[in-house]
Amino acid sequence: MTTLVAPQRSADVATPRRPVAARLAWLGVAGAALLLAAAASVAFGSRVVSLHEIVTAFTGTEDGIGQAAVLGRLPRTILALLVGATLGLAGTVLQAITRNPLADPQVLGITSGASLFVVAGIAFVGLASPMAYIWVAIAGSALAATFVYTVGSLGRGGPTPLKLALAGAATSAAFNALISAILLPRIEVMDDFRFWEIGGVGGATYDKLTLVAPFLAVGTLICVVSARGLNALALGDDVAAGLGERVVRTRLLAAAGAFILCGAATAVTGPIGFVGLVVPHACRLLVGVDHRWLLPFSALVGATLLTVADVAGRLVARPSEVEVGIVTALIGAPFFIAIVRRLKVRAL
Amino acid sequence: MSVDAPMTDVVVAGRVRRAGRWRLIVTVLAVATVVAFGLNLMVGRTFYGPEEVLRVIAGQTVPGASFTVGVLRLPRAVLAVLAGFAFGLAGVTFQTMLRNTLAAPDIIGISSGASAGAVFAILVLKVSSATTASVTAIVVALATAGLIYLLAYKDGVVGTRLILIGIGISAILKSLVSYLIVRAAAWDLQVAMRWLTGSLNGATWSRALPLAVAIAVFTPLLLGQARNLDLLRLGDDTAAALGVRVGRTRLVAILAAVALIAFATAAAGPIAFVAFLCGPIAARIVGPSGSLMIPAALVGALLVLLSDLIGQFAFDARYPVGVVTGALGALYLVFLLARTHRSGGSL
Repeated sequence: MTTLVAPQRSADVATPRRPVAARLAWLGVAGAALLLAAAASVAFGSRVVSLHEIVTAFTGTEDGIGQAAVLGRLPRTILALLVGATLGLAGTVLQAITRNPLADPQVLGITSGASLFVVAGIAFVGLASPMAYIWVAIAGSALAATFVYTVGSLGRGGPTPLKLALAGAATSAAFNALISAILLPRIEVMDDFRFWEIGGVGGATYDKLTLVAPFLAVGTLICVVSARGLNALALGDDVAAGLGERVVRTRLLAAAGAFILCGAATAVTGPIGFVGLVVPHACRLLVGVDHRWLLPFSALVGATLLTVADVAGRLVARPSEVEVGIVTALIGAPFFIAIVRRLKVRAL
Repeated sequence: MSVDAPMTDVVVAGRVRRAGRWRLIVTVLAVATVVAFGLNLMVGRTFYGPEEVLRVIAGQTVPGASFTVGVLRLPRAVLAVLAGFAFGLAGVTFQTMLRNTLAAPDIIGISSGASAGAVFAILVLKVSSATTASVTAIVVALATAGLIYLLAYKDGVVGTRLILIGIGISAILKSLVSYLIVRAAAWDLQVAMRWLTGSLNGATWSRALPLAVAIAVFTPLLLGQARNLDLLRLGDDTAAALGVRVGRTRLVAILAAVALIAFATAAAGPIAFVAFLCGPIAARIVGPSGSLMIPAALVGALLVLLSDLIGQFAFDARYPVGVVTGALGALYLVFLLARTHRSGGSL
């Protein structure tokens, strides 16, 4: 993982810092990609609309099927962008605080914790308001992540990527069994859950967006504030403490931000995996390891990736669609395997 | 010389004592399994005494009991024993080979191939016969395991890489399965769901038979490797130095264990966490001496029998056995947490 050598001043050591111009250029590219993805998300679907129709829909000069389709796709696009940014951010933060290249909301079992809590809330407490779903999902995320991290840290060697991934898989399996234990006698809940269980942005409405936006804003703010602390954590806990970083506080704060993001996103869209895994790796290649750059960048790339995945899901099965959670798993899991194959055995 | 003789005596005496203890434990487990098996035959909506049950097993016609016990409960209980045995044996094989308690085949996605294959056959290929679905399940499970093995191959297969790649592959398969499930018609869904939560409902002799044959073939193969597998626990290098052909042992063990898992999943669905739980439970009972394979297999049979009883009769709703064992798995994870807080044990 990130066993950093103390920086030396000798000439043959390459500086890990990338020139600001290059980073800005990449930022521009990512921004452009984001706009393209958003435009594609509005344009493509079971009916393809022209650029002209998109423009007229926004300026409100004409009423037609094309314009209606554009306006109908708008909340969905916004939700995909927001949730993608959220998952990208959360993944980067999770990989930083666990110092684990395989960390991801789904791999760590966080999304299954959110699912379990929401289902239990609906079944036992009669939870009905979407706002309550969000709070319960955040609580579930935090609990599941803490649980997985503790199980994964047991034994020799602390929380290695291998043990965390295994603990996450085992915990997800256990939570899924509990979920089916709750659902089986309650058919009416089960039918809703069958569709929610696969992450999708198809059911987006402006109401949902306004509901979840404050949570995402708070979570993002917390994550961004802790960017500098995350840089210190990358040096290892001892070095970070030696540099004056309050390690436990930084980690808890950043984790709280990530849980709020994951929980809120999962409550609206259902579990979407692997965006949080893929995005940080891609971004580190492009802009380096400084979290002050990495965090905004992974939000941009995450938003682009999820939107593109959503568009792809709509195009491959026209006029029906493939849920975005399935598309991201199909893209992300091979990526996960590729990372595993590249890692040195000792690092696992 | 004068010191050596008593020392060897002590060692030999210790070995004899441990072997005796191991035999005692296996006997107790076997007796417990038989008792649980009997319970599963007796208990139900109508209770039949041991005498009636024995008469049915002996082939006599007992009014009422012949159908309830002979046709409904007996195949179900037999399937429970067989599936539990297969899952337990395969699970402990993987855990021993990969040196990790969490690395059970159900966690690392070996059995996800079987479910995915069967669901695909039922929902996409519209296969209606249970046999064809089972055959597809077995073929896909073996292919999945082979793919995981190949992807993990890079200067030899290392356990850690195998585990993580298994988790990745099972994520792909799970997403494919949920894609199919969401689109399934309600009547197909009923059949397909059996492949996703392990269940003994509708057990028949024709479903139990292939599994019995598989157990008869692969159990001796695995037990033949038991010693080598135990040595693998010391690490690949040490085992190789002690004369174990590491690659071959691992290949044979994986093949046999995967075949057991595939046949058991084809017969009863992926009964969650049985493969995961048996090894640790057996290790706790047996202690450091003696092979874990037979005890773990017996624990598996016992676990499935008892969980099926609980699932059927302990609650208002009837739960498939996989839900009960899954909940037990959750409890076990919590127990792991609680225990290591005290003693700092290792995984």
